Amino acid sequence: MYSKLLKLFTIFLFTIAMSDDSKATLEIVITEGINTARPIGIVPFKWKGDGPMPARLTNVIAADLRRSGKFNPIDASTMPQFPSSDGEVDYSVWASTGVDAILVGSVEEYSIDRYLVNYELIDVVRGQITGGQTQILSGGKLVSTKDHILETAGHVINGDQFRNHSHFIADKVYEALTGEKGAFRTRIAYVLVREDSTALPFQLVVADYDGENETVLLRSDEPLMSPSWSPDGSKLTYVSFESRRPQIFTQDIYTKSRTKMTEFEGINGAPRFSPDGRRLAMVLSKDGNPEIYIMDIASKQLRRMTNNRYIDTEPSWTPDGQSLIFSSERGGKPQIYRVNLASGKTERLTFDGEMNLGGTITPNGEQMIMVNRTRGNYHIARQDIKNREMQVLTKTFLDESPSVSPNGSMIIYSTLHSGKQVLSLVSVDGRFKARLPAANGQVKSPSWSPFLL
Amino acid sequence: MRLNKIVKGFVIALPVLTLMACSSSSSVDEQASETNQSAQTETSNSSNTGSNAQVGAATQQQSPQEVYREELAAVQNDQVIYFEFDRSSLQSEFYATLDKHAAFLRKNSSQRVTVEGHCDSRGTPEYNIALGERRAKAIETYLLNAGVRSSQISVVSYGEEKPAVRGSSESAFVKNRRGVLAYR
Repeated sequence: MYSKLLKLFTIFLFTIAMSDDSKATLEIVITEGINTARPIGIVPFKWKGDGPMPARLTNVIAADLRRSGKFNPIDASTMPQFPSSDGEVDYSVWASTGVDAILVGSVEEYSIDRYLVNYELIDVVRGQITGGQTQILSGGKLVSTKDHILETAGHVINGDQFRNHSHFIADKVYEALTGEKGAFRTRIAYVLVREDSTALPFQLVVADYDGENETVLLRSDEPLMSPSWSPDGSKLTYVSFESRRPQIFTQDIYTKSRTKMTEFEGINGAPRFSPDGRRLAMVLSKDGNPEIYIMDIASKQLRRMTNNRYIDTEPSWTPDGQSLIFSSERGGKPQIYRVNLASGKTERLTFDGEMNLGGTITPNGEQMIMVNRTRGNYHIARQDIKNREMQVLTKTFLDESPSVSPNGSMIIYSTLHSGKQVLSLVSVDGRFKARLPAANGQVKSPSWSPFLL
Repeated sequence: MRLNKIVKGFVIALPVLTLMACSSSSSVDEQASETNQSAQTETSNSSNTGSNAQVGAATQQQSPQEVYREELAAVQNDQVIYFEFDRSSLQSEFYATLDKHAAFLRKNSSQRVTVEGHCDSRGTPEYNIALGERRAKAIETYLLNAGVRSSQISVVSYGEEKPAVRGSSESAFVKNRRGVLAYR
């Protein structure tokens, strides 16, 4: 049964790749977690115009939901009917397919290159019970409602907005069914090291979270490192070795304008914007060895947060902006610590495994995601902040640079697959896993954007 | 100029055998003595009068630039120091190499060197930047102790970003955990 599903799914993926004529460097291959996902019916939207349909939104919507690890959109060939609105839905035949919700919709021409997209998300189980009509008491009167329709809307969009609008609908469906905000209209930044003898092989790239619409923001003949987003999603901060030594920059991703923030002796590394966007945490070794500093961006004033002869690195802000977590060797091997910015008080957070590095706190502040080394293996792990319980999430090789999606559901990280550095995804619960193999080089240092809209 | 020297040598009339014994075994020197020999033949040809005079030649003096270029080439030919996994201490087998670089830098006090620190791909990129700097600084400290001026040395860590060898085999790791003394 599973193998059949997998086969169907493979064919389905293939169809997407073919039909979208995708040129993205990264394509997503799901490796684990389809079995535990919830089945859902994403019914192909009805085209109410002449000629061919301008775009197939439901391919993108289904792919988004599948990649969230929480849903398993059933194949169109197994659907009992193709309704385009609630009135056409036969709830009982849908309920018998095992899905509990379906998305239906239509696309029609509105004016020249403008289209009206309508959709309805329907709870077919509820619809079967109520027959599509519910009467509730409201202000002492019986009022008829349609509480089986979870989400409905119509929007007029331009001809070039189909892809973005598909992500928008996927966000709405995801939020209605999980109670958590969707992150399908987000981006990732990463470093691509091309191996096809390009003159400037080190490239800083920004792409949609699914690898589409990639844009190269910087090309260099020397390494680029540690891209990380500003909280409003308009800027990146990163490290460039273009002058044959490391320097920290910030760059506006839309205007190309960039600013050199530091060029101290020694390490200038690991910059991270504070949650309010006004400060940068960073690592400088200008005073002898790697220490954590906070720079006020407007005044460029520095505040030193650590002071010892051991390696301190990888600062990351807690979501409230009150503390930094960082990796330190002060106890022997690297472990993760937290320093309170107001009091300067520092405490050790990790104790499991030989090393813990590269920590980041999830947006709700409840979990820490990090790189754990146990018996020589580097894996992505999660630790509960309160009870300190740790769970290793991945089985891949030499995992590093984890970055959490803004809704806290997914982690993107860099790993080694078949001798190449590739990006991979793992859900924060560890159940869903996918790989984003690149066609033309090593891909590393992923950073997931904040919510952009 | 060369002829002038040969003439001088001829005037002093040093025994040819003594001169031959002076020539060293390095390849550049060998070329020089060959030149001398051909010059010698030429000279005997030109003085082909049946006299009993013995013809001699001096080894050619290298200009300071030539000496410098030779020595630079020699240290550049041996510029990589390897490290153990997750360690930044120097292994004694590399002292001889470092001594050569130190001697070269002491002799050429305006010469600058960039000490690069590199790591294998295990561990996080940021931690490896710190580890790479430690390795480069271990080399810097050795050079300073050997009398090199601090103004001659700059240190940069590339962490795991510029591997010498691609791949994740132990043999690739071994080649990537390194310090490089780069002269530009």
